[in-house]
Amino acid sequence: MSIELVGLALLMGLVTYPSRALPMLAPGIERLPGAALEYLRLVGPAVLAALAIVNVTVIEDPSGQQFFHVGIEWLAIALCGALTAWRRNLFVGLIGGIALVAVARATGIAGFPI
Amino acid sequence: MSTLVFAGAAQFAAVGYVASGLAWPGVILLTALLNARHLLYSAALAPWLRDTPRPRRVLMAHVLTDEAFALSIAHFERLGRTDERGYWIAAIGSTFIPWNLATFAGVTVGAQIPDPTRLGLDVVFPAAMIGLAVGLVTGRRELVAALGGAILGVVVSLAAGPGIGVIVGGLGGPLLGMAVPRGGGDRTVVLGTPRSAEGYAMPGSRFEPDAGHPALPPDSEEGLP
Repeated sequence: MSIELVGLALLMGLVTYPSRALPMLAPGIERLPGAALEYLRLVGPAVLAALAIVNVTVIEDPSGQQFFHVGIEWLAIALCGALTAWRRNLFVGLIGGIALVAVARATGIAGFPI
Repeated sequence: MSTLVFAGAAQFAAVGYVASGLAWPGVILLTALLNARHLLYSAALAPWLRDTPRPRRVLMAHVLTDEAFALSIAHFERLGRTDERGYWIAAIGSTFIPWNLATFAGVTVGAQIPDPTRLGLDVVFPAAMIGLAVGLVTGRRELVAALGGAILGVVVSLAAGPGIGVIVGGLGGPLLGMAVPRGGGDRTVVLGTPRSAEGYAMPGSRFEPDAGHPALPPDSEEGLP
């Protein structure tokens, strides 16, 4: 990274920090009504599921255009989710999902990501 | 960049933006947009961290990532209480240090590393996120929030880009979840009590209150959040 890009990294860090810190540092969080706390409790499953599913279903080409993608990655995260729920062990789920993709690609059943 | 920004998706995107000649203000704006989902993470963690001294929360915020959030919120809910040490382990031990070491390795020996997609390693991130989401689904509301968040996320991502899609999914999913009446299977024990900890415990494990967190009466209304 050139020296001038360090300045860019610093600015990127400066615009990222407030989104991480503001809610955590906001006073009075303990006085939120029950409905707001319930909403915040549900943020975890919602945002994690959105991150996972968007990651394997939406791809962006270099021009910024989004496409719906169907691939082995779907099966991998479904298998990971099922194994994690069944065995109550994320590591087992991860190994299962990764192994499925690796085998499918090695045998030519599935292609490589764009 | 891995130390100052510490946000994988934004870093990957920034490299592409810079390479394509996008001006700095554009890169910074897009970084802020991509990382806006941290607002949701921070807000969801805030009730758990209300008793943590502010100076430590200032530091905790800098190392808040997808992984740190997912690991720590699942850990807190499983325990039924805040475990600040668990947050640091998730944020620093399992994310900050490996991310920066891997960045250094990539810069120095990246050319010799085989294509990780051959080993299926490109699915580690989404698989980990879905696995952690599964761990947080303990009732119908959580399930609807997760499904709703995912569907909303995909639909909006296709129209407006993944950065916005994930935020809309994260904001809209909980609203859909709250529209669902609590079922008989949903537990209504207060978070932060031993009963809630037992509910979230892995099979075969037991919540053991330590000296710093003495056990509360089973029906105590005290606890977090």
